[in-house]
Amino acid sequence: MTPFDYSRASDVADALRMGAGVQAKFLGGGTNLVDLMRETIERPAALVDITGLPAEITERDDGGLVIGAAVRNTALAEHRTVRTRYPVLSRAILAGASAQIRNMATVGGNLLQRTRCSYFYDDAGSRCNKRQPGQGCDAIDGFNRNHAILGASEACVATHPSDMCVALAALDAVVHLEGRGGARTLPLVELHRLPGDRPDLETALQPGELITAIELPAQPIAARSTYRKVRDRSSYAFALVSVAAALELDGDTVKDVRVALGGVAHKPWRALEAEQALRGGKVSEAAFRAAAEAELAHAVPLSCNTFKIELAKRTITAVLGELAGAAR
Amino acid sequence: MSIAEEAKLAVRGAIQGVMEKAIELAPDSWMPGGKPDSLIATKHGSIGASVPRIDSPLKVQGKAPFAAEFELPGMVYAALMFSTVAKGRIATLDTAQAEAAPGVVLVMTHRNAPRMESMPVFLSAEKAGGGDNLPIMQDDRIHWNGQPIAVVLAETQEQADYAVALIRASYEQDAATTSFATAKRKGTEPGLFMGQPLKTEKGSADAAFKASAAKVEATYTTPRHNHNAIEPHAATVAWDGDRLIVHDASQAVAHTAWSLGKIFGISEQQVHVTSPFVGGGFGGKCLWQHQVLGAAAAKLAGRPVRIALSREGVYRLIGGRTLTEQRLAIGADQDGRFNAIIHSGTVATTRQNGMPEPFILPTMSSYGSPNIKLDVEVVYLDMLANTFMRAPGESVGTFALESAIDELAVSLGIDPVELRILNQPSEDPLKGTPFSSRHITEAWRAGAEKFGWSKRSAPGTVRDGEWQIGIGCATATYPYHRMPGGAARITLTRDGYARVEIAAHEMGMGTATAHTQVVADRLGLSRDQVTFAYGDSLMPGVVLAGGSQQTASIGASVIAAHHVLIKELLKLAGNDSPLAGLGTDEVGTLNGGLAKLDDPSRHESYVSILTRSGRDHVAVEGSASAPLETMHWSMHSFGALFCEIGVNSVTGETRVRRFLGSYDCGRILNPKTAASQFRGGIIMGLGLALMEETQFDDRNGRVMNPSLAEYHVPVHLDVPPIDVIWTDIPDPRAPMGARGIGEIGITGVGAAVANAVFNATGKRVRDLPLTLDKLM
Ligand SMILES: Cc1cc2nc3c(=O)[nH]c(=O)nc-3n(C[C@H](O)[C@H](O)[C@H](O)COP(=O)(O)OP(=O)(O)OC[C@H]3O[C@@H](n4cnc5c(N)ncnc54)[C@H](O)[C@@H]3O)c2cc1C
Repeated sequence: MTPFDYSRASDVADALRMGAGVQAKFLGGGTNLVDLMRETIERPAALVDITGLPAEITERDDGGLVIGAAVRNTALAEHRTVRTRYPVLSRAILAGASAQIRNMATVGGNLLQRTRCSYFYDDAGSRCNKRQPGQGCDAIDGFNRNHAILGASEACVATHPSDMCVALAALDAVVHLEGRGGARTLPLVELHRLPGDRPDLETALQPGELITAIELPAQPIAARSTYRKVRDRSSYAFALVSVAAALELDGDTVKDVRVALGGVAHKPWRALEAEQALRGGKVSEAAFRAAAEAELAHAVPLSCNTFKIELAKRTITAVLGELAGAAR
Repeated sequence: MSIAEEAKLAVRGAIQGVMEKAIELAPDSWMPGGKPDSLIATKHGSIGASVPRIDSPLKVQGKAPFAAEFELPGMVYAALMFSTVAKGRIATLDTAQAEAAPGVVLVMTHRNAPRMESMPVFLSAEKAGGGDNLPIMQDDRIHWNGQPIAVVLAETQEQADYAVALIRASYEQDAATTSFATAKRKGTEPGLFMGQPLKTEKGSADAAFKASAAKVEATYTTPRHNHNAIEPHAATVAWDGDRLIVHDASQAVAHTAWSLGKIFGISEQQVHVTSPFVGGGFGGKCLWQHQVLGAAAAKLAGRPVRIALSREGVYRLIGGRTLTEQRLAIGADQDGRFNAIIHSGTVATTRQNGMPEPFILPTMSSYGSPNIKLDVEVVYLDMLANTFMRAPGESVGTFALESAIDELAVSLGIDPVELRILNQPSEDPLKGTPFSSRHITEAWRAGAEKFGWSKRSAPGTVRDGEWQIGIGCATATYPYHRMPGGAARITLTRDGYARVEIAAHEMGMGTATAHTQVVADRLGLSRDQVTFAYGDSLMPGVVLAGGSQQTASIGASVIAAHHVLIKELLKLAGNDSPLAGLGTDEVGTLNGGLAKLDDPSRHESYVSILTRSGRDHVAVEGSASAPLETMHWSMHSFGALFCEIGVNSVTGETRVRRFLGSYDCGRILNPKTAASQFRGGIIMGLGLALMEETQFDDRNGRVMNPSLAEYHVPVHLDVPPIDVIWTDIPDPRAPMGARGIGEIGITGVGAAVANAVFNATGKRVRDLPLTLDKLM
């Protein structure tokens, strides 16, 4: 680990001032950043600890929720309103990492955690365009079982590893940001970028910009939502494929639906095509399957992950079937 | 206490003793016609009691010192830099920045490392313990991707880690062979194990197979596995003049001391290796380059060194299990009786150690067949030397053998349990020697009954919601070993306490506890009167904690020392003793003393003997007899494994629902620690079955998942209720009647799970691990 300065921010202004340096980074729970520093993949000159910033979950009058960026993953997953009105979010968080890591991890840090691609992690021995633009990618012809099937590029096939973000993508979450240029908001699905030819640019954040909160709009549909994560062991493994979904029925007709996928792309993947195919249609397993087919029509497999396409289709179909079953 | 009082006590002991029988001396060797160890018959002693581990209080208090916890004055911390190419030369190695970094005491590379010999590679001599025989930082050559090329010593671990990251290296690469497939295309060579080819044939298996009425033939593959003991490898090293002190995490202290002596050109007496506690060994905690580099750097810096590998360091530096590609063919008659078994295939190994994973081992002893053909071929790769890992050979060999038997059972419509029982041999299938003790059929019957095997349904017919449910079975097997070189010292003190010293190892399996029990029974003492000391190369014995042989080796060593002790005690007892005139064959141990075998009233306590003879202690040493028992008898442990699994019909995920192991391993010395050994082995087997796989990048020989986040071992949720039962039938040819239980647990589990998956889904997976993509 490269030596660094450490300071602790007491409010947002403080954090922005301290984080203004080019080589400064915000420190949440450190469960990802510190690991990457140990691997010398991240070498910030200064860390600004933002875990002292307001860590509150506020219910708005319209029924929405505002979640402070420093809220710990455990606290969010256990929050009563989240569990009852946005179960998909609670389940997604609890499907991730371990209890110890969730106790440390913050909402802001979870959003910005970096890929688990093993070539990205191997600073000493492998090529990676994300670490060093233009260097080449050793994952494309290497171990890419966990890698992307949607939206990848020739430069990068890595996936975004977060479970929580998949739920947030399904819930139309909005990210609140503050930077030197002032405050702004961004739909969560626009926070993360697809890799294109600059996989090193992972988000739409400006340098020094701070995530202050996540906003969950009031979403009656979210009360009937769930998360399913498919992985190589029962717990403590990243998703091969995950599905966050919410479903609202009107008799036998899909009134409204949300679907997002994890483990398949460089960003949490909102499955708009599947949603489109389903909305207003009749509920049936065939319809769910057809929607999944539509979403994955553009999927491109890599040498070790062809199975993910079928797995994603089946998991979408099963999750929607489960939600429809519960609705009836 | 006065002599009179002691005499009174002794007499009281003798009176109590009238009711009991003295335990006679154990035989010093096991030969045809000879007697078994008298301890196998004891019913009310310490042996067989569920004694909690004596090291647990220390461990839960953090008071058990592990290798990386020894504090030495002036100690510095080491960090390693690893090569990133598989073969070639170091072209440039710029250490200037690292040398200038804060706290750095030394940067050692091939340019300044002291001259030393290569490690004597394991099994090349009696006490050779090295993982490879390459020059260690003696030149600029690279032999594998991950080889250490620099050691940094600094005042703190953090400073050392930082400085290592400042070293810049470039390489001139040579063409390396890192792909198994490519190497195989160029041709295989016969696998040699300790100089002997892993090849044997009885009858003419190919012809018999062809002529058989029923046949199965398939290829099974298993991937590389890495060692992942909870304690990463570490050593704290210091020089005292030309004496070398190594606090190691070791399952081979005597081997390590001797080998380090050879490497540094000093005698083995000048090397002191201690290893009081080891956080798991599994075959990986022998001598690897880190202890050598630590000692070399300590010498160069003139300061003690702690070298503790990171988890990545373990993956780069410590060999694991190599991959196997096995062909298994069984020919049988219509009733299922085997005519031919052919087990052959190819594994990858390296020139620097040559350890062909001997996957044919289980096939040498498990079933009878008039025709058997076994052959392990190898290809040599430029990679880290592979090594022993829990049940080398049996762990992965049983996957092929026991899967193929299941396939045969299915094709013949015979219950797989019955097919296995039907093909039990009446003598060793290859050597023709008689079995010392073989009760696998009892184990099968008891296991099947307890598990509810008779409720098994046809493949693909049981469902629980999305889950397809199946049950499967397989045989577990591991041989009895006892290696030469065992020896022990017993010191008996006038207060009636005994201390046994032997250069053996406690890696968490309960060795110290079980042998405290054994020694107590053997000497007629209570457990709190016995101290079992181990883990120090200055103690007697060359006792590898490997091959599941440590229990037998310690047992035989203590027996040998006990013989000497009794002789010595009778001498001291002299003519004024109730034992006067008796020879060693006529006495046994009873109630803290010796007694005449057929007249326990002739008894004198140790306290009395030592007190009367004016001695405060008597110390003796004995060397274990040569392990001839395995020449006369075929000695193997077995287990009948059953498991129930669910395969998710949507996702292909496999989850194990329950598991039962029914073992025949001779006498169980301590049911509590034994159950943990079996369970731990089974859990490791579940990892092998479902998820463990080292991602070795064929393109450059680099391990791509050197971390417990990406290399999956089972988590708690993956571990179902595991039931363990055993026959507890003593083996009359083994010390204490116990055959050793360290490794058998992992064997057979891969096949039991795969066979259950077949029963659940009708799909046969012949390639481990059983990941979901293979079952979708
Ligand atoms: C072994 C292991 C297994 C895991 N398994 C899973 C899993 O299965 N599923 C899953 O979803 N996750 C998993 N995780 C990842 C875990 O969820 C993340 O590490 C965690 O959410 C990161 O949160 P943190 O607060 O610790 O972030 P940090 O490590 O502190 O920071 C991460 C990044 O976010 C930036 N950052 C933090 N807060 C802010 C802010 N307010 N504004 C701007 N930037 C900010 C930091 O600068 C840094 O770049 C796993 C992690 C580990 C180590």
